[in-house]
Amino acid sequence: MPFIPHTDNDVREMLATIGAPSIDALFEEIPAALRIKSLDGIPEALTEMEVGRLMQQRASRDGRPLNFLGAGAYEHHIPAAVWAIVTRGEFYSAYTPYQAEASQGTLQLLYEYQTMMASLTGMQVSNASLYDGASALAEACLMAVRAHRKSKSARILVPASLNPTYLDVARAITEGQNLKFDVLPYEATSGTLGANPLDAYRGQDITAVVVQQPNFFGLLEDVDAIADWAQTNNALLIAVVNPLSLALLKPPGEWGTKGADIVVGDGQPFGVPLSSGGPYFGFMTTRLEHVRQMPGRIIGRTVDLDGKPGFTLTLQAREQHIRRSKATSNICTNQGLLVTAATIYMSLLGSAGLEKVAAASQTQTSTLVAALTRIKGVKLAFAGPRFHEAVLHLDRKPAEVLEALAQRGVVGGYDLSRQYPELGNALLVCATETRTDEDIEAYEKAMREVMK
Amino acid sequence: MHEPLIFTHSRTGRSAAGQYPHAAAAEVPEKFRRKQRAALPEVSELQAVRHFTRLSQLNFSIDTHFYPLGSCTMKYNPRACNQFAMLPELLGRHPLAPESASQGFLACMFELQEMLKEVTGMKGVSLTPMAGAQGEFAGVAMIRAYHRARGDMDRTEIIVPDAAHGTNPATATMCGCTVIEVPSLPNGDMDVEALQQALGPRTAGIMLTNPSTLGVFERRIQEVAKLVHEAGGLLYYDGANLNAILGKVRPGDMGFDVIHMNLHKTFSTPHGGGGPGSGAVGVGQRLLPFLPIPIVGRDGERYRWLDARDVPHTIGRLSAFMGNAGVLLRAYVYMRMLGRAGMQRVAEYAALNANYMLARLQQAGFEAAYPGRRASHEFIITLKRQAKQLGVNAMDFAKRLLDHGFHAPTTYFPLLVPECLLIEPTETEAKEELDGFVEALVAIQREAEQDPAKVKGAPYTLPVRRLDDVRAAKQLDLTYQRG
Repeated sequence: MPFIPHTDNDVREMLATIGAPSIDALFEEIPAALRIKSLDGIPEALTEMEVGRLMQQRASRDGRPLNFLGAGAYEHHIPAAVWAIVTRGEFYSAYTPYQAEASQGTLQLLYEYQTMMASLTGMQVSNASLYDGASALAEACLMAVRAHRKSKSARILVPASLNPTYLDVARAITEGQNLKFDVLPYEATSGTLGANPLDAYRGQDITAVVVQQPNFFGLLEDVDAIADWAQTNNALLIAVVNPLSLALLKPPGEWGTKGADIVVGDGQPFGVPLSSGGPYFGFMTTRLEHVRQMPGRIIGRTVDLDGKPGFTLTLQAREQHIRRSKATSNICTNQGLLVTAATIYMSLLGSAGLEKVAAASQTQTSTLVAALTRIKGVKLAFAGPRFHEAVLHLDRKPAEVLEALAQRGVVGGYDLSRQYPELGNALLVCATETRTDEDIEAYEKAMREVMK
Repeated sequence: MHEPLIFTHSRTGRSAAGQYPHAAAAEVPEKFRRKQRAALPEVSELQAVRHFTRLSQLNFSIDTHFYPLGSCTMKYNPRACNQFAMLPELLGRHPLAPESASQGFLACMFELQEMLKEVTGMKGVSLTPMAGAQGEFAGVAMIRAYHRARGDMDRTEIIVPDAAHGTNPATATMCGCTVIEVPSLPNGDMDVEALQQALGPRTAGIMLTNPSTLGVFERRIQEVAKLVHEAGGLLYYDGANLNAILGKVRPGDMGFDVIHMNLHKTFSTPHGGGGPGSGAVGVGQRLLPFLPIPIVGRDGERYRWLDARDVPHTIGRLSAFMGNAGVLLRAYVYMRMLGRAGMQRVAEYAALNANYMLARLQQAGFEAAYPGRRASHEFIITLKRQAKQLGVNAMDFAKRLLDHGFHAPTTYFPLLVPECLLIEPTETEAKEELDGFVEALVAIQREAEQDPAKVKGAPYTLPVRRLDDVRAAKQLDLTYQRG
């Protein structure tokens, strides 16, 4: 029997010890009318060999197209060492470190992770992860409402240049708690927020301002000005960042005079494969003063009975298993294994390595933009400084172009026209350090054919 | 055994990043530029590999130890599930890739939805929730949306049993509901009379785990379902204990309107040291319009994403893409390997192992919290007598078990059973392992009688001894500060 070790003899002895005539008798407390005989809709078992063949067929059907799509998930090289260690059974098949003494490996790794993320974002404390970047933003908004006791409005300003799905998720998750999201338009010329939309809210009770850096169009927002506006107007600042960009860009803790209050984002660029959208992990860092309002697991260093250092889950009084209906969040399980990958990734690359990856991604995106805008009917939409994504304007519908590119083995980018109709036929493209000059030439060639 | 922090291996100028060829300088205007590098470690590849390998060796895990953590279903995670979910094409697939280049992946997801419908008796499934708690959120949010769509605005009360997992009341609060607790009877069943008192025109629904967190099957479930429905409420099934009934009875048949499944429990995806989980939700007819998106649909032979255009009343998106796709692939492979018959064996052997351990422990003099009841896939031992007579409590027993090479059961949950151990062996453990665990508990009992201080000082053989949690919370040390 697959994965069940019992011999007939075991079963006989065990039933005798129990004093039950059969395994079926163990289910006698379930009302007979409810018990089912079989699961007809489930196919018969496949052997490991058969299921392996099936999965390879399915995988081959989708193939390995050349990818120039980002929009919140980025294809980076993952050093071989990362997943070789992540999939060790001691990490892979352990659970939440409830028994700290038997989980020091996971706990110490998480403490190291918290240290790295706090430093990278320029903040004081980090939790041990949330589900993904989008849900982390939802949690940050709820946290801001708890942390900003003087603000009664639960009103949050969100730029339209934020990843629109992040806003969808924040709305869905906070729906029952009466938060109000006001969407601020971006400047049509620059693709960034600019100062004017904020000024309409001067003097009003605003709980928090959200800003994404780089924004959804890959462009750099004037985060210093936005941070200072938030501070002057007594609003908390929630930063949404791509952690890789922080190898190059000013960390949120240093934005404006005071810095951001809560920093969130998706950790996927750090050693986590694209894998159809998950599992990734959300990160969250904040100021020490807000730590008791932070959701999720937090690891602390302490000492044992002999005075030796050790690690344990701490500040659990915030959490659902203690506080129940008054907890900071219902989150319980997070994304530990992906944090394991990211911690190993950050350790292997160090700051110098991350800078290399970030710089190469930016350079290759510039090369890509230069190559594609040589084609008639393709223009760069926004000229300002960017990280590793760019908006292109096409002379025809992006959906048709993307489908035609897919036929040529190229995943060509993200169609912005549905969520941003005002941008017209806009396409968001991305290149990372994994795209060579030859890859970019291949895209250019395919695009030329499609745009004929 | 002790492994220093990785930061102590760090030396300026050392790097494992030599494998990266591109080195063009970035173009970042001065005002956006980072001035000081982050304090990440600077180590060689070998140093990193050795450090994290050593850290891994400080963990207990299913692959190394019996891990009978009650309510967590720590069963074996077949390696094939991992290998086939990590085929290069699947790892490389971008979540927003065109549907035409995603038919293989979408086929797996569609079939997973269909299989989960079959095992739960529900009418629709969405795979997007990223953990059990997010599945709970989706469930309660759908219940709220259902009442609101009917103009029934006052239904904001969620009833939970006092034995419920903490996520249940926390979820209800997140959804803007108030929580009404209903007590359990001494035999472990819900107090149906108290439930009747709690039901009314403000009832949105009830959240139940069945078998309950007390390790027994809720025998009056049909009556409970009838009462809740008659009062205008809906029934939410918390799938934490689905392993106990897989292929034996289906939540849909019991009368539940919505269910979340913990794929990381019942369908054996790895727990990963605290995630990723996956909390797929299933619904009956009434809640179909409210399912979270995206969902995988099929038009003829072609699979496609269903979004807000197809599900206009959806509660929305809960993740940036479609949830923990890689976890879903592992669950899919697991279900295909078990097949129809294998899935029914899950509950059978999980119940056999639990009832066997319960019988052996009772014969050895341990006190069951619910004697006379069949165990589900787990059961509760209470050590209140030991705590009172010997001064040795459930935590002490748990810590001493670690010295015997067993991960401790869940302790102090459910909250209403004093000094409890919630023990869940799962179907993948062999009889010898169960016997070894029983013998360890018996040995600890003997030791507690002869030398209680010894038990209270446990553990002795692990990387650290018992940790000072009070100090951890009072003198916060959450990041390493370079000295």
